[in-house]
Formats: sequence, C-alpha cells, structure tokens
Amino acid sequence: MATATTAPSGARRRTWRQLPVVQQLRQSVGLQRGMLVAGLVLTGVFVLTAVLAPLLAPYEYGQLRDADGPFGAQQSPSGDHLLGTTVGGYDVLSRVIWGSRTALYVIVVAVLMSIVIGVLLGLVSGYFGGWLDRVLVVIADAIYAFPSLLLAIIVAIVISGGQSSLWGGILAAAISITVVFIPQYFRVIRAETVRIKSEAFVESARVIGASNWRIMLRHVLRNATRTLPLILTLNASEAILTLAGLGFLGFGIEPTSGAEWGFDLNRSIADVSSGIWWTSLFPGLGIVLVVLGLTLVGESLNDLADPRLRTRRRVSAQDAPVGLAEVAVVPGGTLGAADGLDGLEHGGGAR
Amino acid sequence: MSNVVEIEDLAVTFATDAGPVAAVKGVDLQVAAGEVLAVVGESGSGKTVTARTILGLLPETAAIRGAVVLTSKDGTQARDVVPLTGAQLREVRGQDAAMVFQEPSTVLNPVYPVGWQIAEGLRAHGKLSKKEARAKAIDVLRRVGIPDPETRVDHYPHQFSGGQKQRIVIAQALVLDPGVIIADEPTTALDVTVQAEILDLLRRCRDDFGAAIVLITHNMGVVADLADRVAVMYQGEVVEQADVRTLFSAPQEPYTQQLLAAVPKLGSGTERARERAARREPGWAESAPVVSARDLSIVYPGRLRRPDFVAVDGVSFDIRPGEVLGLVGESGSGKTTIGRAIAGLTKVSGGSLQVLGTEMVGMKERAFRPVRERIGFVFQDPASSFNPLLTIAEAVAEPLVVHKRARDPRAARAQVDELLEAVQLPRAFGDRYPHELSGGQRQRASLARGLALDPELLIADEPTSALDVSVQARVLELFAELQREKGFAALFISHDLAVVDLLADRIAVLYRGKLVEEGTGAEVLGAPRHPYTQRLLASLPVPDPDEQAARRARWQALRADA
Repeated sequence: MATATTAPSGARRRTWRQLPVVQQLRQSVGLQRGMLVAGLVLTGVFVLTAVLAPLLAPYEYGQLRDADGPFGAQQSPSGDHLLGTTVGGYDVLSRVIWGSRTALYVIVVAVLMSIVIGVLLGLVSGYFGGWLDRVLVVIADAIYAFPSLLLAIIVAIVISGGQSSLWGGILAAAISITVVFIPQYFRVIRAETVRIKSEAFVESARVIGASNWRIMLRHVLRNATRTLPLILTLNASEAILTLAGLGFLGFGIEPTSGAEWGFDLNRSIADVSSGIWWTSLFPGLGIVLVVLGLTLVGESLNDLADPRLRTRRRVSAQDAPVGLAEVAVVPGGTLGAADGLDGLEHGGGAR
Repeated sequence: MSNVVEIEDLAVTFATDAGPVAAVKGVDLQVAAGEVLAVVGESGSGKTVTARTILGLLPETAAIRGAVVLTSKDGTQARDVVPLTGAQLREVRGQDAAMVFQEPSTVLNPVYPVGWQIAEGLRAHGKLSKKEARAKAIDVLRRVGIPDPETRVDHYPHQFSGGQKQRIVIAQALVLDPGVIIADEPTTALDVTVQAEILDLLRRCRDDFGAAIVLITHNMGVVADLADRVAVMYQGEVVEQADVRTLFSAPQEPYTQQLLAAVPKLGSGTERARERAARREPGWAESAPVVSARDLSIVYPGRLRRPDFVAVDGVSFDIRPGEVLGLVGESGSGKTTIGRAIAGLTKVSGGSLQVLGTEMVGMKERAFRPVRERIGFVFQDPASSFNPLLTIAEAVAEPLVVHKRARDPRAARAQVDELLEAVQLPRAFGDRYPHELSGGQRQRASLARGLALDPELLIADEPTSALDVSVQARVLELFAELQREKGFAALFISHDLAVVDLLADRIAVLYRGKLVEEGTGAEVLGAPRHPYTQRLLASLPVPDPDEQAARRARWQALRADA
C-alpha cells in the first residue's frame, strides 16, 4: 500500500494533474490547503523575482551612481530609491531583487549536487550493503554530528580561498551546503532502498534474472524517491539560511560581484542603532519570506503525503452517493463474474 | 433470550481521496445473549466495519447513520453506541463489549508483562485494587488454558507462542466479563493446528463465560465449527441470515451458494491426480527429475551467541517433468525456504539440490542466471509482487526483456497480450497499473509473468493465501488448466491441505524443517501415517457443521492421546 500511493491514480496517461505538487494541491482541503497555497505563492513570487531581476530592478546590484551623480549613502526611501540606499551607497530595492537571483542559484546548484550524489550513494549503499554501507553510514553520521555552519565556513575558505567572485561565492556556498545535505538524501534513499529491497517485486526481478543495475535503476530507484520533493523544499530553505549565514559572517559575495542578502544584513548592523531601518529590514524580510514560503510548501507536502495526517472533506451518511459504493467496496472480480471482467469497471476507480 | 446487540439500519460512509465510499449500507443484525453469530463475506464486504461499530472503533473519516444498541450482560442497561463519545464510550468498551483482534503478536504491547495488560482493563474501569486485579488476571489466564499462570502472569508477550498470545488476547477480552466479544478473524494468523485450539477456547467462552460472540471470518470451516447463526454480507449489505445448519445445507441466496461452492474440499483432487497419473507415458517415472533434493539442509546463521537456526533439515524429494508437487506445512516449517532455495534466492547449506541439472550448493549467481530463464515464480502477496510504477504489460514483459527475447517492453507487447489472454485477462489490462487491479487479477498477471518465458518449472509460493475464497477458486482452476496445457513441472507451496490436494500429483508434508510424509493425495489424506499429518488433517475444519462436529470429536481424541 505504501508504495502504491506514488503511482498515478486512475488515469491511463500521466497528465499535468499527476505532477507532484499539483496533485497535492488538488487533494488538500482547509487549513492544509491554505498553508500549501501560501507557500506556493511565496515561492512563486521568489522564483519570478529571481528570473525577472534585470527587468524588475531599477538599478544594477553594484551600481553606485546614475546620470545625476552618486546615490549617496544611507538615503531614506524616496522617489528615486523606493527603499533607500545602503551604507555603501547601493540601492536597497535593487539589491534585494538581485539577491533573490543569487539565492536561487545557490539553491539550484546545492540541491542538484546533493541530490545526485546523495541518491547515488544511498542507492548503492542500501542495495549492496556490506562494508561499503557501514563505512558510508559512519561518514554520514560524522558529517551529521558536525555543526553545519562551521563546516560550511571551512568549505567556503577551502573552495574560494578568500576570493569572492559571484560564481566563486555561489559555488562555495552551494558546495558547503551540499556536503551538509548529502547525508540527508543518503539516509532517506538508503532507508527506502533497504525497505524496497525486501519487497516481493524486487525478489521477483531477481528470480527473473535481472542484473543488479537493472533492478536498482528500474525497480528500486523510482520507488525510493517519493519523499524527495519534501526534503528538497525543506533543504532549499535551509540552503538559503546557510547562504545568508555565510554572508553575514563575511564569507559571502562582494557587493561588486553580486547581491547577497546576508552580506547586506551584515553591513547594516551599525545602521540599526542609528534609526536607519530600511537597510536591514528588506534583505531580512527577503530571507524570512523565502524561507517561510519554502517551509510551508515542505511542511504541507509532508502532511499531505501521510494519509493519517491528511484532512479530507467530511461526508455525512445521508448525502453519500450510493452508486459509489460499488466502486471501492469490492476491489475486483465478484463472485458472479466468472470471467473476471466485472472488475474492469471497478478497478479503475478503486483507490 | 434477550439480545445483547441490536443493529438497526446501520450505514457507514468513509471519506476517502476518491470521494465518499459507502462501506455498510443499511444493515440490520441481532446478537442474542450467549450465541455465536458468524459474519462472513469477502474482503470489502463491510463485515469488519459493522463489527467495529459495536465498539465505536471507526476512524474519524467515517460517518455513521443508524443505531447500535448494546445491552449490558445483566440486562439492566441498554445504550445506543453510535452517538456516544469519550468517557461514555470507554465505559461501554471492555465492560459490555470486548474485542479480539486478528494478529495477536501486534495487539499485545511488547514492553509490559501480559498480566499488567490484562489488568489494564480492570484498572480502567476502576473496580479492583492492584492485588485483586492480579489475582483476577491469574484466574482468567488459567481459565483460557495458559499453564502455570502464577509465574506466566509476569512474563512478556515475546515469551509466548502465537497460539498462547491469542489466548492472552482472549483473556484480556474476558476479564471484565463482557456480554459480547467481537472476534475479528481471530484465527487467520494462526496455523491450522493452533486454530483448532483457539476455536475450542472460543467455544468455551460461550459455554463457560456465557458471552455472546460476533465472529468475523472468511473461513467457512471456522463458521461450521463454531457458529450458531450466520450472516452473509456482500457489498455492505446482509444478503442472508440463517442458523448454521440451514445455511450450509440449504443456502437460499445465489451468492451464498456460490460462496459455499467455492470452498475447496478435501479429497476432491484425488480423482484428478489419479487420472493424470494414468495418462503418463510408461518411462516417465525414470526420466531425469527437474528438481532433485537429497538430504537438503538450509541453516540461517545465528547472530552473536545465538545458535544457528535450522530451517530445513535433511529433506529429500524429486519433482519430475510435468509433475505438481504440493508442499504443505505450518508457518516456520521451512516450506517457503525450500521454494526460495530452488529459485536461488536463499543459499543452500548442506546436502544436494539439483535444479534443472545445476547444483545449488555453492552456486554462483552468474552461473545460475541462464537457468533462471527456465524457472517461473509466483509470489504470495499479489499486492507487493508488482512494481507499483510499471504497468502490467511492462511488468509481464520484464522477463522477456531481461533475457533478450524482446528489445523493450513495447516490442514484447504482442507476446504480453497473448500471455494475458492465456490467464484470462483482457488485453487492455496491460496498460493498467497494479493497484488498479483486484487481488485475483493481479495474481493472474503474476502467473502470466511467471509463465512468460515458458518455463520448465514453476514455483508457486502460497499464491492464493491472500485471496478471497471465491477468487481463490478461480485462480486455482486457471493454474490447473495452464499446467495441463503447458505441462510445466510445479512446486506448489501452501499451508492449506485442501488447496494443495486440489492441484498436486503428490503431497509432501513438512514439520519443523523435516519432511514427515510424502505420497499421492490419496495416500497422505486417506491414510496419514505420521502423527503430525493426522493432527493436521483432524484440525482442518470442513464447511459442514455436522461433519465438523464429528471431526472435532476425533481431533479431541487425538489431542488426548498426545
């Protein structure tokens, strides 16, 4: 049953309705739906902002002056600079918008790398077991035990070597996040693989004579990935926090090579006490909203994935359509149908 | 006699992802004091839901209409359970009605002694002191037949056998002396020999404790053994109600008639086996066997400081071409292990096992792979033996693709269609996903996959034990037909003697890893020599109340001897 839930329901072909998030959206009701929609809207706005940054931002991220001369430092919000300027003389609105782009890069690179490596290691480790499995589990545990930000700082220093170009900064952040996240994907995929390995359909593939790689890729992998969208969203929010943390501690990207929320927050510490609220508020708000959006999506996917946590529309005994009972009550051929064709109509609707 | 339970026009609807589903549609049932009412039906017929309503045990997604009036044992109090909640419901539970679940090993909490768990009900109803509760727990344990209850009361569930655990669960239900006990498939998870004892105990619950029993089961033999009255449920409705003799001798509804006809009966396959034996060619008995086991032993190495577990101990048998060998035994007897060893899924530790000319002792996977092409396997659980993400056609084509008879599943489609037709599934089913098929249909697809490479040997590991009786009958028939047509040799593993008898040319009985008896159906069933086989035969309930009463007497005599 557990594995069957991932399979598309009813329809012959996979349509857009069966796509991971869309399906959950259709399934949800009430508060869970509200959470999911809010999360999706926030995430959508974030992604759109990142993609359309060159169109949306009034200035470049590293722009200090325009035709009328320099912007000036710590200018309060005005018609020229809707959200004011920073202590370094950059336009806050532009940097917030460009910053979403950096954040998206880091999420994509970090999540992609950790998924590919983590899934591959988890699959091999769980399927073959033995000493390789034991060694990998110990390493994963060791990385788990390490404070992730400290690890990220070390990796950032090793990778970028003190330089801070845009891609250098992004890669430093992404790789350090990757190292921290691999154990999560590794563990989840490994646990699923160990479970699926003992399922009858894997045994049946072995009896048929299928090779190990074929079993791993065709039978185990696709069944083991059902929790990935969930970890993915939760990790994405964590990735942003790590990036912001790195930036805040000064291991981020220089303002001339890219906009980064954590770095801007770091520079605005002194402003807070002198009543200049706009330099810290907006980058901070950017971080909070994106993390909130991604976490809401992740958490509601988590709830919806578990049939016990999923809320459903209540029915009263009166308005239940009687005809539906035949659909699911008898999940297949009934006694009367000697040829089993009777189940033809039933099976389609039964879930 | 007054009624302890009166169900009036009960309807239960569940909210599911696919919309509301009516599980029970207007059921009326009465249970008189001290009677055993059996509720029978296929899975999904609503029998469990109906019974659970009596205790208010339905999940939140259920919407209930109608009335379930529960009368306390002394007849002083009658309450409708449906609107009750919280404290009121708790007061009813255990006191007026109690429940015995299907799987005794999961019902008991492993971290508490059984005595504590029995006394929990007493404490919940706050009647007795600790000492009194303990005394009562010991007393009830003795009455359900746990030997030495004074010491056993402090033992933990894992220290008891499966049958004893079920006794403890029954003791738990009995301790508050309820008017009615709901027994939901109380013997399904148990071996036949243990089942007979639990049925005996349930009968005593009625006779000695005066409790009415609502027995939910799909096993007609159990019904014939225990029930006073039977209600047949089908698609959420009660289609027939009658006392047990009337129902078995003169079923009124066509559905009941079909249900009874589908139950496999002992001895019905003997004739068929004799016919097949007569048709064999003269030199057949000397032909090289497909599978030949000599002194086969399979040992699971024990963990640290634990002795090794000997699953199969010195078993010898042959399967000749085109022959069906039925392997019978209770759980833990090693029958599945033998099947898995032949398929190369379990390592053989000693003796010799020749499969299609290949020695399995010290077998290398690479060397065995070409042999796999000649072996088919049908698994026990149709729900898990298909990859949920592949369509049926892709799954059936898998062996063809793996052994390079087809390039990809699409190229194999013509062959797959033929196979599906051979197992009487419409071609269109190939495009469905496994969860869109019923259990019986899936098991037929599984058979199609097992036969895809036209194997010389088919291993069927309890292929029908997860299916309803009616579906089982059709799958068995199909199996027999295909075997006749294609002439493959088969190892048919089952715990059900009647099922094995239906198909097998010869029957082998396993008991604790040893082969205790082997012979044709007529020999093994007609004149069993080994005491275990005798016990097994005697404890198998038959779907006929009068005959079952006679068998029960014989079984009790056998047990007294032992």
